[in-house]
Amino acid sequence: MADKRMTEEEVIGELRSGMTLGIGGWGSRRKPMSLVRAILRSDLRDLDIVSYGGPDVGILCASGRVRKLTYGFVSLDSIPLEPHFRLARQAGALDVSEMDEGAFYLGLMAAAHRVPFYPTRAGLGTAMMSENPDLKTVRSPYDDGEELVAVPAFQMDAVILHMNRADAKGNGQFLGPDLYFDDLFAMAGAKTFMSAEQIVPTDQFLSEGSVHTLRIPRSHVDGVVSAPNGAHFTECPPDYERDEPFQSEYAATARDPDAWEQFRKDWLELESHDDYVAKLNERRNK
Amino acid sequence: MTVTLDEVCVVALAEAFRGDGELLCNPMGPLPVIAGRLARASFEPDLMLTDTIAFAIEGNLPLGGDPSSAVIESYMPFRTVFDQVWSGKRHVLMGASQIDQYGNQNFAAIGSYRKPKAQLLGLRGAPGNLLNHPTTYWIPNQARAFCTSVDVVSAPGYDRIAQLPEASRKHFEIRRVVTDLGAYDFETEDRRMRVRSLHPEVTLEQAQEASAFELAVTGDVEESRLPSDEELRLIREVFDPNGVRKAEFR
Repeated sequence: MADKRMTEEEVIGELRSGMTLGIGGWGSRRKPMSLVRAILRSDLRDLDIVSYGGPDVGILCASGRVRKLTYGFVSLDSIPLEPHFRLARQAGALDVSEMDEGAFYLGLMAAAHRVPFYPTRAGLGTAMMSENPDLKTVRSPYDDGEELVAVPAFQMDAVILHMNRADAKGNGQFLGPDLYFDDLFAMAGAKTFMSAEQIVPTDQFLSEGSVHTLRIPRSHVDGVVSAPNGAHFTECPPDYERDEPFQSEYAATARDPDAWEQFRKDWLELESHDDYVAKLNERRNK
Repeated sequence: MTVTLDEVCVVALAEAFRGDGELLCNPMGPLPVIAGRLARASFEPDLMLTDTIAFAIEGNLPLGGDPSSAVIESYMPFRTVFDQVWSGKRHVLMGASQIDQYGNQNFAAIGSYRKPKAQLLGLRGAPGNLLNHPTTYWIPNQARAFCTSVDVVSAPGYDRIAQLPEASRKHFEIRRVVTDLGAYDFETEDRRMRVRSLHPEVTLEQAQEASAFELAVTGDVEESRLPSDEELRLIREVFDPNGVRKAEFR
Protein backbone atom coordinates (compact mmCIF):
# COMPACT_ATOMS: atom_id res chain seq x y z
CA MET A 1 0.00 0.00 0.00
CA ALA A 2 1.32 3.41 -0.98
CA ASP A 3 2.50 5.69 1.79
CA LYS A 4 1.01 9.04 0.79
CA ARG A 5 2.65 11.20 3.44
CA MET A 6 4.05 14.45 2.06
CA THR A 7 5.21 17.83 3.31
CA GLU A 8 3.42 21.13 2.67
CA GLU A 9 6.20 22.04 0.23
CA GLU A 10 5.69 18.81 -1.71
CA VAL A 11 1.98 19.58 -2.04
CA ILE A 12 2.78 23.04 -3.38
CA GLY A 13 5.11 21.37 -5.89
CA GLU A 14 2.06 19.63 -7.34
CA LEU A 15 0.22 22.92 -7.93
CA ARG A 16 0.58 25.36 -10.84
CA SER A 17 -0.32 28.99 -11.41
CA GLY A 18 -3.67 29.36 -13.17
CA MET A 19 -5.05 26.16 -11.63
CA THR A 20 -8.53 25.79 -10.21
CA LEU A 21 -8.03 24.99 -6.54
CA GLY A 22 -10.81 23.81 -4.21
CA ILE A 23 -10.46 24.45 -0.47
CA GLY A 24 -12.44 22.37 2.03
CA GLY A 25 -13.93 23.45 5.35
CA TRP A 26 -16.61 26.08 5.91
CA GLY A 27 -16.15 29.77 6.81
CA SER A 28 -13.68 29.93 9.68
CA ARG A 29 -13.99 26.20 10.39
CA ARG A 30 -11.50 23.40 9.76
CA LYS A 31 -9.64 25.19 6.96
CA PRO A 32 -6.30 23.79 5.69
CA MET A 33 -4.47 26.91 6.80
CA SER A 34 -0.95 25.43 6.85
CA LEU A 35 -1.37 24.64 3.15
CA VAL A 36 -2.81 28.10 2.44
CA ARG A 37 0.26 29.65 4.07
CA ALA A 38 2.48 27.34 2.01
CA ILE A 39 0.87 28.86 -1.11
CA LEU A 40 1.95 32.29 0.15
CA ARG A 41 5.55 31.05 0.35
CA SER A 42 5.38 29.95 -3.30
CA ASP A 43 5.06 31.96 -6.49
CA LEU A 44 1.65 30.48 -7.36
CA ARG A 45 -0.62 33.11 -8.93
CA ASP A 46 -3.86 33.56 -10.87
CA LEU A 47 -5.59 30.83 -8.93
CA ASP A 48 -9.27 30.06 -9.49
CA ILE A 49 -10.46 29.35 -5.97
CA VAL A 50 -13.56 27.29 -5.12
CA SER A 51 -14.56 27.56 -1.47
CA TYR A 52 -17.18 27.99 1.22
CA GLY A 53 -14.87 30.83 2.05
CA GLY A 54 -13.30 32.01 5.27
CA PRO A 55 -9.84 33.40 6.02
CA ASP A 56 -8.42 31.09 3.32
CA VAL A 57 -10.14 33.28 0.73
CA GLY A 58 -9.42 36.55 2.55
CA ILE A 59 -5.70 35.83 2.87
CA LEU A 60 -5.30 34.66 -0.72
CA CYS A 61 -7.22 37.71 -2.00
CA ALA A 62 -5.19 40.12 0.12
CA SER A 63 -1.99 38.49 -1.16
CA GLY A 64 -3.02 38.93 -4.78
CA ARG A 65 -3.12 35.21 -5.59
CA VAL A 66 -6.73 34.95 -6.75
CA ARG A 67 -7.93 35.44 -10.33
CA LYS A 68 -11.43 34.10 -9.95
CA LEU A 69 -13.52 33.06 -6.98
CA THR A 70 -16.40 30.57 -7.01
CA TYR A 71 -18.09 30.73 -3.62
CA GLY A 72 -21.19 30.17 -1.55
CA PHE A 73 -20.20 32.86 0.96
CA VAL A 74 -17.06 34.28 2.56
CA SER A 75 -17.33 34.74 6.33
CA LEU A 76 -15.33 34.47 9.54
CA ASP A 77 -18.46 33.22 11.38
CA SER A 78 -17.98 35.20 14.59
CA ILE A 79 -17.17 38.17 12.31
CA PRO A 80 -19.88 37.91 9.64
CA LEU A 81 -18.03 39.77 6.87
CA GLU A 82 -14.56 38.60 5.84
CA PRO A 83 -12.83 42.00 5.78
CA HIS A 84 -10.09 41.22 3.24
CA PHE A 85 -12.58 39.61 0.86
CA ARG A 86 -14.73 42.69 1.34
CA LEU A 87 -11.86 44.96 0.28
CA ALA A 88 -11.16 42.82 -2.79
CA ARG A 89 -14.82 42.94 -3.83
CA GLN A 90 -15.07 46.70 -3.30
CA ALA A 91 -11.93 47.21 -5.39
CA GLY A 92 -13.74 45.38 -8.20
CA ALA A 93 -10.59 43.33 -8.67
CA LEU A 94 -12.10 39.89 -8.40
CA ASP A 95 -13.82 37.82 -11.07
CA VAL A 96 -16.60 36.17 -9.10
CA SER A 97 -19.07 33.35 -9.52
CA GLU A 98 -21.31 33.58 -6.48
CA MET A 99 -23.65 30.70 -5.74
CA ASP A 100 -26.52 30.25 -3.38
CA GLU A 101 -25.00 28.23 -0.51
CA GLY A 102 -27.05 25.16 -1.36
CA ALA A 103 -26.43 25.50 -5.09
CA PHE A 104 -22.71 25.46 -4.30
CA TYR A 105 -23.18 22.00 -2.75
CA LEU A 106 -24.74 20.85 -6.04
CA GLY A 107 -21.77 22.15 -8.04
CA LEU A 108 -19.45 20.11 -5.83
CA MET A 109 -21.67 17.07 -6.10
CA ALA A 110 -21.89 17.33 -9.90
CA ALA A 111 -18.10 17.39 -10.10
CA ALA A 112 -17.79 14.49 -7.65
CA HIS A 113 -20.30 12.45 -9.69
CA ARG A 114 -18.79 13.47 -13.04
CA VAL A 115 -22.03 14.84 -14.47
CA PRO A 116 -22.15 18.29 -16.11
CA PHE A 117 -24.66 19.86 -13.70
CA TYR A 118 -27.31 19.33 -11.04
CA PRO A 119 -30.64 21.14 -11.28
CA THR A 120 -32.19 23.35 -8.62
CA ARG A 121 -34.70 26.18 -8.28
CA ALA A 122 -32.24 28.20 -6.21
CA GLY A 123 -31.16 31.34 -8.04
CA LEU A 124 -34.19 31.99 -10.26
CA GLY A 125 -35.27 35.62 -10.11
CA THR A 126 -32.13 36.77 -8.25
CA ALA A 127 -28.72 38.35 -8.84
CA MET A 128 -27.18 34.87 -8.79
CA MET A 129 -28.49 34.45 -12.36
CA SER A 130 -28.69 38.03 -13.60
CA GLU A 131 -25.11 38.87 -12.57
CA ASN A 132 -23.51 35.62 -13.70
CA PRO A 133 -23.44 35.10 -17.47
CA ASP A 134 -21.91 31.63 -17.02
CA LEU A 135 -24.98 30.20 -15.31
CA LYS A 136 -27.63 28.65 -17.51
CA THR A 137 -31.00 27.00 -17.03
CA VAL A 138 -32.20 23.60 -18.21
CA ARG A 139 -35.69 22.34 -19.02
CA SER A 140 -36.97 19.13 -17.49
CA PRO A 141 -37.38 16.47 -20.23
CA TYR A 142 -40.43 15.06 -18.38
CA ASP A 143 -44.06 16.13 -18.64
CA ASP A 144 -43.66 18.95 -16.09
CA GLY A 145 -41.24 20.78 -18.42
CA GLU A 146 -39.97 22.85 -15.50
CA GLU A 147 -37.09 25.24 -16.10
CA LEU A 148 -34.36 24.92 -13.49
CA VAL A 149 -30.96 26.39 -12.78
CA ALA A 150 -28.23 24.01 -14.01
CA VAL A 151 -25.45 24.40 -11.46
CA PRO A 152 -22.31 23.46 -13.38
CA ALA A 153 -19.85 20.91 -12.03
CA PHE A 154 -16.99 22.67 -10.25
CA GLN A 155 -14.09 21.05 -12.09
CA MET A 156 -11.05 21.39 -9.84
CA ASP A 157 -7.43 20.63 -10.75
CA ALA A 158 -6.57 20.21 -7.10
CA VAL A 159 -8.25 20.27 -3.72
CA ILE A 160 -6.80 20.93 -0.27
CA LEU A 161 -8.66 20.09 2.94
CA HIS A 162 -7.99 19.47 6.63
CA MET A 163 -9.18 16.56 8.78
CA ASN A 164 -8.82 15.70 12.45
CA ARG A 165 -7.21 12.34 11.73
CA ALA A 166 -5.80 10.55 8.71
CA ASP A 167 -3.80 7.42 8.07
CA ALA A 168 -0.74 7.25 5.84
CA LYS A 169 -2.82 5.58 3.11
CA GLY A 170 -5.07 8.62 2.77
CA ASN A 171 -8.20 7.71 4.72
CA GLY A 172 -9.56 10.70 6.59
CA GLN A 173 -11.64 11.11 9.75
CA PHE A 174 -13.60 14.13 11.01
CA LEU A 175 -14.30 14.24 14.74
CA GLY A 176 -16.16 17.56 14.98
CA PRO A 177 -19.89 18.20 14.60
CA ASP A 178 -19.94 18.62 10.81
CA LEU A 179 -18.05 17.13 7.86
CA TYR A 180 -19.23 20.11 5.77
CA PHE A 181 -18.68 19.09 2.13
CA ASP A 182 -15.14 17.80 2.33
CA ASP A 183 -15.99 14.32 1.00
CA LEU A 184 -17.40 15.92 -2.14
CA PHE A 185 -14.38 18.21 -2.44
CA ALA A 186 -12.12 15.14 -2.16
CA MET A 187 -14.02 13.28 -4.86
CA ALA A 188 -14.26 16.30 -7.14
CA GLY A 189 -10.57 17.20 -7.14
CA ALA A 190 -8.44 15.80 -9.95
CA LYS A 191 -5.85 15.64 -7.18
CA THR A 192 -6.66 15.91 -3.49
CA PHE A 193 -4.26 16.76 -0.69
CA MET A 194 -5.39 16.30 2.89
CA SER A 195 -3.68 17.70 5.96
CA ALA A 196 -4.59 16.30 9.37
CA GLU A 197 -4.07 17.10 13.03
CA GLN A 198 -2.60 13.65 13.50
CA ILE A 199 -1.63 10.79 11.26
CA VAL A 200 -2.57 7.60 13.08
CA PRO A 201 -2.40 3.87 12.40
CA THR A 202 -5.56 2.78 10.59
CA ASP A 203 -6.62 0.53 13.46
CA GLN A 204 -6.76 3.56 15.81
CA PHE A 205 -9.55 5.43 14.00
CA LEU A 206 -12.39 3.82 15.92
CA SER A 207 -10.84 4.57 19.30
CA GLU A 208 -11.79 8.24 18.77
CA GLY A 209 -14.97 8.23 16.71
CA SER A 210 -17.69 5.96 15.37
CA VAL A 211 -17.59 4.45 11.87
CA HIS A 212 -19.75 7.39 10.75
CA THR A 213 -16.75 9.71 11.11
CA LEU A 214 -14.74 7.83 8.46
CA ARG A 215 -15.91 9.87 5.51
CA ILE A 216 -12.84 10.47 3.34
CA PRO A 217 -11.87 7.22 1.57
CA ARG A 218 -8.25 6.90 0.43
CA SER A 219 -9.21 6.32 -3.24
CA HIS A 220 -9.85 10.06 -3.45
CA VAL A 221 -6.71 11.23 -1.70
CA ASP A 222 -3.31 11.70 -3.34
CA GLY A 223 -1.31 13.11 -0.47
CA VAL A 224 -1.47 13.34 3.32
CA VAL A 225 0.25 16.04 5.34
CA SER A 226 0.84 15.89 9.08
CA ALA A 227 -0.19 19.32 10.37
CA PRO A 228 -0.93 19.66 14.07
CA ASN A 229 -2.67 23.03 14.55
CA GLY A 230 -2.98 22.99 10.76
CA ALA A 231 -6.36 24.71 10.79
CA HIS A 232 -5.35 27.49 13.19
CA PHE A 233 -6.82 30.13 13.64
CA THR A 234 -9.99 28.52 12.34
CA GLU A 235 -11.74 26.02 14.59
CA CYS A 236 -11.01 22.31 14.50
CA PRO A 237 -13.06 20.70 17.25
CA PRO A 238 -12.59 18.60 19.28
CA ASP A 239 -8.84 19.29 18.85
CA TYR A 240 -9.26 23.04 19.38
CA GLU A 241 -11.74 25.89 19.11
CA ARG A 242 -11.32 28.97 16.96
CA ASP A 243 -8.60 31.35 18.21
CA GLU A 244 -10.88 34.37 18.45
CA PRO A 245 -8.28 36.91 19.65
CA PHE A 246 -5.99 35.88 16.80
CA GLN A 247 -8.84 36.08 14.31
CA SER A 248 -9.75 39.56 15.56
CA GLU A 249 -6.15 40.68 15.03
CA TYR A 250 -6.22 39.25 11.53
CA ALA A 251 -9.53 40.98 10.76
CA ALA A 252 -8.25 44.32 12.04
CA THR A 253 -5.38 44.27 9.52
CA ALA A 254 -7.90 45.00 6.76
CA ARG A 255 -8.24 48.53 8.12
CA ASP A 256 -4.53 49.30 7.95
CA PRO A 257 -2.11 48.31 5.14
CA ASP A 258 0.88 48.59 7.49
CA ALA A 259 -0.75 46.26 10.00
CA TRP A 260 -1.45 43.80 7.19
CA GLU A 261 2.21 43.89 6.08
CA GLN A 262 3.30 43.30 9.65
CA PHE A 263 0.82 40.43 10.12
CA ARG A 264 2.02 38.87 6.88
CA LYS A 265 5.62 38.98 8.00
CA ASP A 266 4.84 37.83 11.51
CA TRP A 267 2.49 34.98 10.72
CA LEU A 268 1.96 34.19 7.07
CA GLU A 269 5.44 34.15 5.62
CA LEU A 270 7.24 32.01 8.17
CA GLU A 271 9.47 29.40 6.63
CA SER A 272 7.52 26.38 7.73
CA HIS A 273 4.44 25.22 9.58
CA ASP A 274 6.72 24.06 12.40
CA ASP A 275 7.97 27.65 12.77
CA TYR A 276 4.37 28.84 12.86
CA VAL A 277 3.43 26.40 15.60
CA ALA A 278 6.54 27.30 17.60
CA LYS A 279 5.68 30.98 17.35
CA LEU A 280 2.10 30.24 18.31
CA ASN A 281 3.25 28.39 21.42
CA GLU A 282 5.45 31.35 22.32
CA ARG A 283 2.48 33.67 22.01
CA ARG A 284 0.36 31.40 24.17
CA ASN A 285 2.98 31.17 26.90
CA LYS A 286 3.33 34.92 27.15
CA MET B 1 -43.93 44.97 34.24
CA THR B 2 -43.31 47.36 31.37
CA VAL B 3 -43.05 45.60 28.04
CA THR B 4 -40.24 46.95 25.88
CA LEU B 5 -40.01 47.25 22.09
CA ASP B 6 -37.56 44.36 21.70
CA GLU B 7 -40.03 42.06 23.45
CA VAL B 8 -42.89 43.16 21.20
CA CYS B 9 -40.66 42.43 18.19
CA VAL B 10 -39.76 38.98 19.53
CA VAL B 11 -43.45 38.12 19.86
CA ALA B 12 -44.30 39.52 16.40
CA LEU B 13 -41.55 37.33 14.90
CA ALA B 14 -42.64 34.30 16.90
CA GLU B 15 -46.18 34.81 15.58
CA ALA B 16 -44.85 34.26 12.03
CA PHE B 17 -44.37 30.58 12.95
CA ARG B 18 -47.93 30.02 14.18
CA GLY B 19 -49.42 27.04 12.39
CA ASP B 20 -46.09 25.74 11.04
CA GLY B 21 -46.30 22.38 12.85
CA GLU B 22 -43.19 20.27 12.37
CA LEU B 23 -41.25 22.64 10.10
CA LEU B 24 -37.61 23.33 10.91
CA CYS B 25 -37.72 26.85 12.33
CA ASN B 26 -34.39 28.36 11.26
CA PRO B 27 -33.77 31.84 12.67
CA MET B 28 -30.59 33.82 11.85
CA GLY B 29 -29.26 36.21 14.51
CA PRO B 30 -29.87 36.67 18.25
CA LEU B 31 -33.32 38.25 18.35
CA PRO B 32 -34.73 35.85 15.71
CA VAL B 33 -33.31 32.86 17.63
CA ILE B 34 -35.16 34.04 20.76
CA ALA B 35 -38.33 34.42 18.68
CA GLY B 36 -38.09 30.91 17.23
CA ARG B 37 -37.48 29.35 20.62
CA LEU B 38 -40.32 31.39 22.12
CA ALA B 39 -42.74 30.24 19.40
CA ARG B 40 -42.07 26.61 20.29
CA ALA B 41 -42.17 27.16 24.04
CA SER B 42 -45.34 29.24 23.86
CA PHE B 43 -47.78 28.08 21.16
CA GLU B 44 -46.15 26.00 18.39
CA PRO B 45 -44.78 22.98 20.26
CA ASP B 46 -44.02 20.75 17.26
CA LEU B 47 -41.46 23.09 15.62
CA MET B 48 -37.95 21.75 15.14
CA LEU B 49 -35.08 24.01 16.24
CA THR B 50 -31.31 23.70 16.08
CA ASP B 51 -28.57 24.61 18.53
CA THR B 52 -27.26 26.81 15.63
CA ILE B 53 -24.39 24.30 15.22
CA ALA B 54 -25.34 20.90 13.85
CA PHE B 55 -28.07 19.42 16.01
CA ALA B 56 -31.83 19.64 16.33
CA ILE B 57 -32.53 19.97 20.03
CA GLU B 58 -35.39 19.66 22.48
CA GLY B 59 -36.15 22.07 25.31
CA ASN B 60 -35.55 25.74 25.96
CA LEU B 61 -31.88 26.43 25.32
CA PRO B 62 -30.87 29.98 26.33
CA LEU B 63 -29.26 32.24 23.73
CA GLY B 64 -25.57 31.34 23.69
CA GLY B 65 -26.29 28.53 26.15
CA ASP B 66 -24.21 25.39 26.26
CA PRO B 67 -25.66 23.14 23.53
CA SER B 68 -24.22 20.05 25.20
CA SER B 69 -26.76 20.55 27.98
CA ALA B 70 -29.60 20.06 25.49
CA VAL B 71 -31.26 16.83 24.42
CA ILE B 72 -30.39 16.15 20.78
CA GLU B 73 -33.31 14.81 18.77
CA SER B 74 -31.74 14.79 15.31
CA TYR B 75 -28.53 15.48 13.41
CA MET B 76 -28.65 18.64 11.31
CA PRO B 77 -25.25 19.35 9.67
CA PHE B 78 -25.24 21.94 6.88
CA ARG B 79 -25.78 19.33 4.19
CA THR B 80 -28.96 18.14 5.89
CA VAL B 81 -30.11 21.74 6.29
CA PHE B 82 -29.86 22.19 2.51
CA ASP B 83 -31.74 18.94 1.97
CA GLN B 84 -34.34 20.26 4.41
CA VAL B 85 -34.56 23.53 2.41
CA TRP B 86 -35.23 21.70 -0.84
CA SER B 87 -37.71 19.33 0.77
CA GLY B 88 -39.69 22.38 1.91
CA LYS B 89 -39.91 21.45 5.61
CA ARG B 90 -38.36 24.72 6.76
CA HIS B 91 -39.25 28.34 7.55
CA VAL B 92 -36.30 30.72 7.62
CA LEU B 93 -36.13 33.97 9.55
CA MET B 94 -33.40 36.22 8.18
CA GLY B 95 -32.40 39.86 7.83
CA ALA B 96 -32.61 42.42 5.02
CA SER B 97 -30.46 45.48 4.46
CA GLN B 98 -32.95 46.67 1.83
CA ILE B 99 -36.48 45.57 0.96
CA ASP B 100 -38.98 47.02 -1.50
CA GLN B 101 -42.77 47.02 -1.66
CA TYR B 102 -42.97 43.58 -3.31
CA GLY B 103 -40.50 42.01 -0.89
CA ASN B 104 -37.41 41.99 -3.11
CA GLN B 105 -34.63 41.76 -0.55
CA ASN B 106 -30.94 42.66 -0.51
CA PHE B 107 -28.28 41.81 2.01
CA ALA B 108 -25.63 41.10 -0.63
CA ALA B 109 -24.08 44.47 -1.50
CA ILE B 110 -24.76 48.21 -1.74
CA GLY B 111 -24.08 49.87 -5.07
CA SER B 112 -23.32 47.83 -8.16
CA TYR B 113 -22.90 44.09 -7.88
CA ARG B 114 -19.69 44.07 -9.94
CA LYS B 115 -17.96 46.72 -7.88
CA PRO B 116 -19.96 47.27 -4.72
CA LYS B 117 -19.68 50.44 -2.71
CA ALA B 118 -20.15 48.17 0.29
CA GLN B 119 -19.90 44.41 0.16
CA LEU B 120 -22.40 43.01 2.66
CA LEU B 121 -23.15 39.36 3.44
CA GLY B 122 -23.53 38.24 -0.16
CA LEU B 123 -26.37 36.11 -1.49
CA ARG B 124 -25.85 33.43 1.18
CA GLY B 125 -28.77 30.94 1.11
CA ALA B 126 -31.39 33.55 0.23
CA PRO B 127 -32.00 32.53 -3.41
CA GLY B 128 -32.74 28.94 -2.46
CA ASN B 129 -34.74 29.76 0.63
CA LEU B 130 -37.33 31.86 -1.18
CA LEU B 131 -37.95 29.36 -3.97
CA ASN B 132 -38.40 26.44 -1.60
CA HIS B 133 -40.18 27.37 1.64
CA PRO B 134 -41.65 30.23 3.71
CA THR B 135 -39.43 33.17 4.64
CA THR B 136 -39.84 35.88 7.28
CA TYR B 137 -37.67 38.99 7.52
CA TRP B 138 -36.45 40.79 10.62
CA ILE B 139 -35.49 44.44 10.12
CA PRO B 140 -34.50 46.35 13.28
CA ASN B 141 -34.37 49.70 11.46
CA GLN B 142 -37.27 50.10 9.05
CA ALA B 143 -36.43 53.62 7.92
CA ARG B 144 -33.05 52.50 6.67
CA ALA B 145 -34.29 49.38 4.85
CA PHE B 146 -37.68 50.12 3.24
CA CYS B 147 -36.63 51.43 -0.20
CA THR B 148 -38.09 52.00 -3.66
CA SER B 149 -35.78 49.45 -5.27
CA VAL B 150 -33.02 47.23 -3.97
CA ASP B 151 -29.45 47.52 -5.31
CA VAL B 152 -28.98 43.76 -5.62
CA VAL B 153 -31.70 41.11 -5.54
CA SER B 154 -30.52 38.43 -3.13
CA ALA B 155 -34.07 37.16 -2.69
CA PRO B 156 -36.95 37.78 -5.09
CA GLY B 157 -40.19 39.55 -4.22
CA TYR B 158 -43.72 38.90 -5.49
CA ASP B 159 -43.35 40.98 -8.68
CA ARG B 160 -40.25 39.09 -9.81
CA ILE B 161 -41.74 35.76 -8.84
CA ALA B 162 -44.86 36.56 -10.88
CA GLN B 163 -42.67 36.61 -13.98
CA LEU B 164 -41.52 33.04 -13.40
CA PRO B 165 -43.47 29.97 -14.53
CA GLU B 166 -45.96 28.43 -12.07
CA ALA B 167 -43.64 25.51 -11.30
CA SER B 168 -40.90 27.85 -10.10
CA ARG B 169 -43.08 29.87 -7.78
CA LYS B 170 -45.26 27.20 -6.19
CA HIS B 171 -43.33 27.10 -2.89
CA PHE B 172 -42.72 30.86 -2.65
CA GLU B 173 -44.07 32.68 0.39
CA ILE B 174 -42.89 35.76 2.26
CA ARG B 175 -44.81 35.14 5.46
CA ARG B 176 -44.04 38.30 7.36
CA VAL B 177 -41.76 41.32 7.62
CA VAL B 178 -41.23 42.52 11.18
CA THR B 179 -39.53 45.85 11.92
CA ASP B 180 -38.97 48.16 14.86
CA LEU B 181 -42.28 49.80 13.96
CA GLY B 182 -44.66 47.02 13.01
CA ALA B 183 -45.43 43.74 11.30
CA TYR B 184 -46.21 43.52 7.59
CA ASP B 185 -47.45 40.88 5.17
CA PHE B 186 -48.29 40.64 1.46
CA GLU B 187 -51.94 39.65 1.77
CA THR B 188 -53.09 42.17 -0.82
CA GLU B 189 -54.46 41.53 -4.31
CA ASP B 190 -51.44 43.04 -6.02
CA ARG B 191 -49.06 41.52 -3.48
CA ARG B 192 -47.77 44.83 -2.17
CA MET B 193 -46.57 45.03 1.41
CA ARG B 194 -49.43 45.64 3.83
CA VAL B 195 -49.47 46.87 7.40
CA ARG B 196 -50.56 43.91 9.50
CA SER B 197 -50.03 45.47 12.92
CA LEU B 198 -48.16 48.37 14.44
CA HIS B 199 -46.22 48.20 17.66
CA PRO B 200 -47.62 50.11 20.68
CA GLU B 201 -47.52 53.89 20.31
CA VAL B 202 -46.51 53.73 16.62
CA THR B 203 -48.88 55.61 14.32
CA LEU B 204 -49.59 54.80 10.69
CA GLU B 205 -48.07 58.16 9.78
CA GLN B 206 -44.83 57.26 11.54
CA ALA B 207 -44.70 53.87 9.80
CA GLN B 208 -45.34 55.51 6.42
CA GLU B 209 -42.75 58.18 7.18
CA ALA B 210 -40.20 55.41 7.68
CA SER B 211 -40.86 53.85 4.27
CA ALA B 212 -39.77 54.99 0.80
CA PHE B 213 -42.78 53.21 -0.73
CA GLU B 214 -46.49 53.46 0.00
CA LEU B 215 -47.61 50.95 2.60
CA ALA B 216 -50.85 49.17 1.76
CA VAL B 217 -53.56 49.35 4.41
CA THR B 218 -56.72 47.27 4.46
CA GLY B 219 -59.29 47.94 7.16
CA ASP B 220 -58.36 48.90 10.69
CA VAL B 221 -54.72 48.46 11.65
CA GLU B 222 -54.29 46.44 14.81
CA GLU B 223 -51.78 46.91 17.57
CA SER B 224 -49.07 44.22 17.69
CA ARG B 225 -49.83 41.57 20.29
CA LEU B 226 -48.10 42.06 23.64
CA PRO B 227 -46.27 39.15 25.22
CA SER B 228 -48.18 37.19 27.85
CA ASP B 229 -46.71 37.08 31.35
CA GLU B 230 -45.38 33.61 30.66
CA GLU B 231 -43.82 34.75 27.37
CA LEU B 232 -42.17 37.68 29.14
CA ARG B 233 -40.75 35.32 31.74
CA LEU B 234 -39.41 33.02 29.00
CA ILE B 235 -37.78 35.91 27.12
CA ARG B 236 -36.28 37.62 30.17
CA GLU B 237 -35.38 34.73 32.40
CA VAL B 238 -34.92 31.72 30.16
CA PHE B 239 -33.88 32.64 26.62
CA ASP B 240 -32.05 35.94 27.04
CA PRO B 241 -31.27 36.85 30.66
CA ASN B 242 -28.37 39.06 29.51
CA GLY B 243 -30.54 41.21 27.25
CA VAL B 244 -28.52 40.54 24.09
CA ARG B 245 -31.69 41.21 22.08
CA LYS B 246 -31.59 44.92 22.96
CA ALA B 247 -28.30 45.43 21.13
CA GLU B 248 -30.00 45.01 17.76
CA PHE B 249 -31.65 48.43 17.88
CA ARG B 250 -29.02 50.95 16.94
